[in-house]
This record gives sequence, C-alpha cells and structure tokens, in this order.
Amino acid sequence: MTANLAAYSTSTGEAFQFWVLGTVAVIGALCTVFMRKAVHSALCLAGTMIVLAVFYLANGAYFLGIVQIVVYTGAIMMLFLFVVMLVGVTAADSLKETIKGQRWLALLCGLGFGILLFAGIGHASIQDFDGLAKANAGGNVEGLAALIFTKYVFAFEITGALLITATIGAMVLTHRERTERARTQRELSEQRVREGKHVPPLPAPGVYARHNAVDIAGLLPDGTPSELTVSKTLRDRGQIRDVSADALRDLKALEQRAEERLERTKPEEASK
Amino acid sequence: MENLIALLIAAPLLGAAVLLCGGRRLDAVGQWIGTVLAAASFVVAVVLFADMLGKSPEDRTFTQHLYSWIAVGNFRADVGFQLDQLSMTFVLLITGVGSLIHVYSIGYMEHDERRRRFFGYLNLFLAAMLLLVLADNYLLLYVGWEGVGLASYLLIGFWQHKPSAATAAKKAFLVNRVGDMGLSIAIMLMFTTFGTFAFGPLLGTEGHPGIAGDATEGKLTAIGLMLLLAACGKSAQVPLQSWLGDAMEGPTPVSALIHAATMVTAGVYLIVRSAAVFNAAPDAQLVVTVVGGVTLLFGAIVGCAKDDIKKALAGSTMSQIGYMVLAAGLGPIGYVFAIMHLVTHGFFKAGLFLGAGSVMHGMNDEVDMRKFGGLRKYMPVTFVTFGLGYLAIIGFPGLSGFFSKDKIIEAAFAKGGTEGWILGGVALLGAAITAYYMTRVMIMTFFGEKRWQPDAEGHEPHPHESPSSMTIPMIVLAFGSVFAGGFFSIGDRFLHWLEPVTGHSEGDSPVSALTVTLATMVLLVVGAGIAYLQYGRSSVPVTAPRGSLLTRAARRDLYQDDFNHVVLVRGGEHLTRSLVYVDHTLVDGVVNGTAASVGGLSGRLRKLQNGYARSYAVSMFGGAAILVAATLLMRAV
Amino acid sequence: MNPVNYLYLAALLFTIGATGVLIRRNAIVVFMCIELMLNACNLAFVVFSRMHGNLDGQIIAFFTMVVAAAEVVVGLAIIVSLFRSRHSASVDDASLMKL
Repeated sequence: MTANLAAYSTSTGEAFQFWVLGTVAVIGALCTVFMRKAVHSALCLAGTMIVLAVFYLANGAYFLGIVQIVVYTGAIMMLFLFVVMLVGVTAADSLKETIKGQRWLALLCGLGFGILLFAGIGHASIQDFDGLAKANAGGNVEGLAALIFTKYVFAFEITGALLITATIGAMVLTHRERTERARTQRELSEQRVREGKHVPPLPAPGVYARHNAVDIAGLLPDGTPSELTVSKTLRDRGQIRDVSADALRDLKALEQRAEERLERTKPEEASK
Repeated sequence: MENLIALLIAAPLLGAAVLLCGGRRLDAVGQWIGTVLAAASFVVAVVLFADMLGKSPEDRTFTQHLYSWIAVGNFRADVGFQLDQLSMTFVLLITGVGSLIHVYSIGYMEHDERRRRFFGYLNLFLAAMLLLVLADNYLLLYVGWEGVGLASYLLIGFWQHKPSAATAAKKAFLVNRVGDMGLSIAIMLMFTTFGTFAFGPLLGTEGHPGIAGDATEGKLTAIGLMLLLAACGKSAQVPLQSWLGDAMEGPTPVSALIHAATMVTAGVYLIVRSAAVFNAAPDAQLVVTVVGGVTLLFGAIVGCAKDDIKKALAGSTMSQIGYMVLAAGLGPIGYVFAIMHLVTHGFFKAGLFLGAGSVMHGMNDEVDMRKFGGLRKYMPVTFVTFGLGYLAIIGFPGLSGFFSKDKIIEAAFAKGGTEGWILGGVALLGAAITAYYMTRVMIMTFFGEKRWQPDAEGHEPHPHESPSSMTIPMIVLAFGSVFAGGFFSIGDRFLHWLEPVTGHSEGDSPVSALTVTLATMVLLVVGAGIAYLQYGRSSVPVTAPRGSLLTRAARRDLYQDDFNHVVLVRGGEHLTRSLVYVDHTLVDGVVNGTAASVGGLSGRLRKLQNGYARSYAVSMFGGAAILVAATLLMRAV
Repeated sequence: MNPVNYLYLAALLFTIGATGVLIRRNAIVVFMCIELMLNACNLAFVVFSRMHGNLDGQIIAFFTMVVAAAEVVVGLAIIVSLFRSRHSASVDDASLMKL
C-alpha cells in the first residue's frame, strides 16, 4: 500500500474505490442541499462524511480517517440531529425561494466558482506525488504526534483554549437564568381562577375520532378551529393541520367523482 | 484744548445713554438732562471756537486721535477727530440750534408720556451728527452717517402708533439706505484707489496738498458720483428726495432739527468736505449742479401747492438745500456760499419750523393752512418771529437770506458759459417761486379771516400763544435770521474764515453783482405780489379747489412716489418675480434634478441592501469567485 | 487514476456546499453545508499532504476539525437561542438589517 501512495497513478483498486465512493459522496452532498427535511439532510451529510473518512484512509491519513468517523459522524452530526429534534420541522424547510433572483444568482456563482476551481487545479498541472511512505514510516499517529507537540505545539495549545471557550460559550448561549422561582401548580391554578380566563383545563385537540391527533385543532361549535386546543410548541412551529374544511372538501370530491362518472356515461350514450 | 473735541460728542452721547437706559426713574427729569447735556456740548463748542479764533488762520485745524479702531495689514481705520473751520461752523450750528430745539421741545413735548425717550433720541441725533462732522476719516464719518440715519428713523417714527408715522420712518430709512450704499461704495473706491480714507493724507492739510487729485479723472468721477448719491440720500435731493415730505409725520421739533441743524446738511457737508475730489472731477461737479438745480425747482414747486404747513416748509427745505448743493457743485466759487447759506438757512428754517410747531400747538395739532387764517392777533410772538424768518428766507434786503442766497445766484452766473446762464436763471427763478410760496404760507396762516371750525368731536380750537420755553428759542432764532447774514457778509468775514479749508476763487461773472441783486429783488416782488393777489385779496376756500394740472401734480409731490412705485417697486417686483422664476425652474431644477437622480439611484441600489444574510452571502461568494479569477489570470499572464 | 481527481472531488463538494449555503433557508441545513465545505477543504489538505510527502497537511486538517467542532458547538447554540426567541430557524427572518 505504501508503494501505491508514492505513485503518480493509483492502483486500480483505489481508482475503483474513488469512482464508486466519490459518486456516493457527491450524491450525498447534493442530497444534503436539496433534501426538504433537515433530518434527511443530516443523514446524507453523515454518509458523505463517512465516504470522506474512507478517502482519508486511502490517502494515508489513518489517524484523521478514524477521527473523522468518531468526531464528525459520531459527535458533530449527532449534535446536529439533536438540534434538529429541538427545533423541529419548521416552515424554513420549504425549498421555495423567497428572495427574487437569489437561486439563479447562487447557481450562477456556484457554477462560476466551480469552473474556476477546476480550471485552477487543471492549470496547476500537478504531476509528481511524493507519497507518504517516508513520512508514515514510523507510524502515522506517531508522526502526527511528533509534529503536533513540537512544531505545532502553540497552535495545539490555542485550539485547546478555543475548545474550552466554545464550550463555555455554548453554555452561556443556551443557559437561561431563572430570575424567579418556578410557580407551583397550585399557584398556577389560583392565578387562573383570579384572572377568570380558562378556568377549566384547556380543551383537547382533535375533535373527531377520525382526526384524533395532537396537531389538529379542535373545532368550535360553529366549525372554526380553535388554536387553543393545540400544544404551544406545535403552534409556535406552525405545525397545525386545519381539518375544518375537510368534510366539505370530501363532499366536493365525492360530487365531482359522481359528476365525472355521469359525464363519462353521457358521451357514451351520445356516441351510441 | 484739543482734547475737548471728544467731549463735544461725549456729552450728548452720554445723555442718550442715560436717558435710553435709565428707565422710568428719569421720566420726570429726562428733558432737563437732555437739554443740559446738549447745551453743555454747545458751551464746549463755544470755548473751542474762542480758542480757534485766537490762533492764526493756518493753525486753526485741531486734531485729536483717540485710538486705532481697525488695523489689518495696510488697512487702517482710526477713531480720531479733526476740527477745522468747516467742522467748527457745523458744530456751532448743530449744538446751537440743536440746544434751542431741545429747549423748545421741553414745552412742545410737555404732555407726551414718552418724553424721556424723545430727548434721548434727540441727544443721539446730535451725537451722531457731531461724529459725522468731526470725524477725521471717511469710515468714522460713515459711522456718524449711519447714526444720523438711525436717529432720524427713531424720531420720524416717534409716534409709532400712527401707521403713517411708522411708514414714513421706514421710507426715510430705506431711501437713506440707497444713499448709504453710495457712501460705502465711495469709501471702498477711495481705499482701493488711494489706500487710505483718512482726511489728512487724502484731502490735504495746510500746505500739503492731498493725494485725492492724483487718480485718473474717471475714478475720481466715479467716487464723486457715489458721494453725490450719498448726499442725495441724506439731503433729500432728486432722485432720493421722496422721504422728506413724509418725514413731517415726526414731532415738529424733529422736523426743525432734521431740516435746520442736522441730517439734510450732512450731504452738503460731505460734498464741501470732499472738495478736493470734486475739484478734480468736473463731470461729477456738473452732475452736482444739475441735481441741485433740479431739486431747487422741484422743491419750490411742491412747496407752492401744499396746504399742510409743515409739508410746504419741507418743500422749501428741499429747494433751499438745492441752492446749497448747486453752490457746492460750482467748485471753489461756491463752497463758502453753500456753507453760509446753510448756516443762515439753519437759523430761519429752524425758526419757521418752530413757528409752525407753535401754531399747531395752539390749534390742536391742525396742519392744514386752509383752516388757519388771522392768527396774528392770537399769537403775536409766533407771528413776529415767523414773519422775520419769512422775510429772511425770501431774501428781503438786509436779512440773512438776502446775503447768502444772492451770493449763490451770483456764483451760479459766475460759473460762466451756457451753464452759468442756465444755472443762474434757475436760481433766479427759484428765488421768485420761494417768494411766492412763502408769502402764500404767511398769508394763509396769519392774515385774512379766521377759518377754523370745530373738529369732529366738537372741540373748537382756542388759538393761544405758546409757553416761554417755546417762544424764547423762536426769538433767539429770529435774531439769527435777521442778523447772521449781515454779520457774515460785512468785510467778507465768513469768506475769510472758511477760505483756508475750502479755498475760494472769484468767478468771472458775465453780469454785475448789482444787476443780479436788482433782478432778484424784482422777481421777489413779482412772486410775493402774485401770492398776495391770489391769497391776500380774495378769501381762501377751506376746501382746496381742484386747481390746475401743475397744482395737482405738485400736491402729489410731482408724482415722485408714483414714479418710485411704478419704476422701482413694480420694476423690483417684476425683477424679483423673474429671478424667483429662474430660481425655481433653473437653479432648483438643477438642484432638485440632481437630488432626484441621486435619490432614484439610491432607491434602486437600496434594493441590493435587502437585509437577507443570504443575499450578502451571494455577494461574498461572487466576490470570492472574482478574486480567484483574478488570481488565476495573474498567474496565467 | 491520477490522485489529482481527489482535488477535483474536493472542489466539487466545496462548490455544492457553498451553493447550498446560498440556497437553503433553514439555518441548520445552512450550517450543514458549511460543514460540507470544511470537509471538502480537509480532503484537499489530506491530498496535499500525500502530494508533498509530509504530514503538515494532515495537521492542518486536524486543526480544522477541532475548530469546526468548536464552531458547531457555538453555532448550534446560537441557532437554539435564536429559535427560542424568534420561534423560527429561518435565516431570512433575521433580516433586521433591512431599512
């Protein structure tokens, strides 16, 4: 394997692996961008990252390949999934463009930039690859360690400080100081009675058995949906399904189907 | 002794300051403070005069340098005074007649509750006028000049509750501004031409001819014409004469002060003081004589038609100042006589105005002469003093006006050539008209049957003699009217007195002095006779008859206001309107167009700043692409 | 196969990531695209390391990973707190810079 790393051209096996996994990585990247739901995007990205980890290994970066899997796919992507779970599916997931001309400009810029990068790489006409045989002779991890703790020791120290800072920063950002004692259930009910508003428990969602789901607003006697019946979190996310017009819509569809059938029979009768 | 000069101005200035800043506490004694300080100034003037008489004619120029006012580079303006024979004459006239008018005002303004303020303004007027005649450079003179304008504005509009008085004050101020522009331009021209505007180096001192004559004649003519414009404004000469008639809205002592001692004499002073400039610019001199001649006839004709006693006298003043300007324009032949007539005129015109004020005082402030008549029985002192002033002004032999006016007419003829004949003729004609309108005033006021009637509220006027505080100044002035001319002329005293300053030359008169005197006498009798036939023999109607075309024109001041209105006001309005149009369409168009195009462009550019982070990211990404492209290009090259 | 192809792949992934940043509105997806760009860079660094025959490129990639980890932690914290206050994870909703 070390001999292969030094060559101008790789072994057939690596070439095969590159073309297959490279295709997978590009598809994963494209899916990351174009998947409607953030969860799917995250999963596609994880796939791409695993492919990249394999490429690292193929390029002689054994340590990085493992780290890529452990840190990126293992930790960072899981963090992403956590946040997706916290935030939930939002209206922002829609792929519909709201800024005029943004999509075209973005594609134009992306295309131009890609062409430029390709041109740059092609222009550089890189031919000789030294390979890592010599550098990895004493072991990849040992080689990296030697560099990190000698040449790059200050950068290493600083990144350590950066990690600490980031940790504290994340805590500060997400932590909410409670300025007052949490109110007990008794106090809450007393307040409700005092205000005279919603004295009984809030109405339950899902009016009919058919639609017995928490994301469906219960209907008031006049047929309009009441948002009060839906959980606040769902309300905030705008994830309320409106079924008030469902019955009418069903009826209309039924009528239409009936009509179509009648019309179909009519021309048949006419033709006969 | 020379240090007393500043005291001349300081006394009335102090009076003005004390009276105007002192507040109500001084209401009771205000008139006394004002009068005493004016009189103090007169006393100082007399002391200085006595001192001056004691010196030889060459040493009679006193100077006092107070401090350097502005000194920037080679621009240097000092506050300093120069008291020579010319200034001395004016100082005596201003303080003397001024003090008498102060005394008169004590009685005249007795019932006016704003009396203290009135005396403050009077003192300010005196101080400004004294500063004007005592300044040793044109810039300081300009300060006095503006001070006179301010004081006249305040005094003409003293009864500001009357809209007519407020308007008259504004009119006087505005018309004077036109003249002031002339003076300021003249000063600027002097500085750019000669590098100085001090009298000493510019006009020359005893034995040292000034540099005023060194410039080109064109420049001197320009300076002269600008000075003349200034003089026209202050001295109410055509074409800036229109304010004088309306200025009668002020209290009568103010009219007397403006017409006799201050204000209108400033223009004559300016021309005579700038003799060195005018002597070197004959064209400017010619214009001065023309202005004087035209105003002389203009004022006289206006004076003939007015029924308002004060306005008739105002026309007379205009005419008499016209005589002086005419004389001043004649050059060295006439300077001395211009000043001499100014002094005698100061006496009799002050006397006449005070007399008119006395008449009004006794007639419930009525000014229409058609409602007077036969007053000689009721006001004997006023009648006699006014009569003596009348005889003096028409040039009755032996009285003041006779000597001074006669000399001017002679000097006009002595100018020589066609000009001399025309100017002399005009002056003679003016003498006849003067006799006519003054006789008319005299007869309508003091002779004939009484024509006054109860006013709208049923108050019948009770003509009575004025208090002694008013009659004494009139008597003193009457003495001046009678004897001043003769005193000045015996042995050519006035001529010798003033000659070192103004210079004098006997012209080459084509007619003898005796002929001129006789012709004047004949015309005088003719003018007075016509007036007697018109007003003395037949009764005077209480309402004015329609009159001839000329009379109607003269009643309207020969359409001077209409002319100003049509030519200046309307013209100005049209000019302004067209300028506004140009401003709105062209200037604003360019400005607004620029603003609108910038605004429009910004509106378009603003859309780029839509606040969306993604839009900015596109720009960043595009920029990065361009950078990469540039790098690649540079490497490829 | 020439190993340069890895670089082409990195460039392609980077461009896809960049375009994704510009197109997507969901802040989390945008963040993922940024991670994709970082990974593309890492791949390029690793290939450069192989090209030059020393480990410095790998070191840089390693540091990039560390920084990326820190960035993700802070970035996600920001997204969460933003969502808490605005109830939205859309980057377009944070357009207060507009006039």
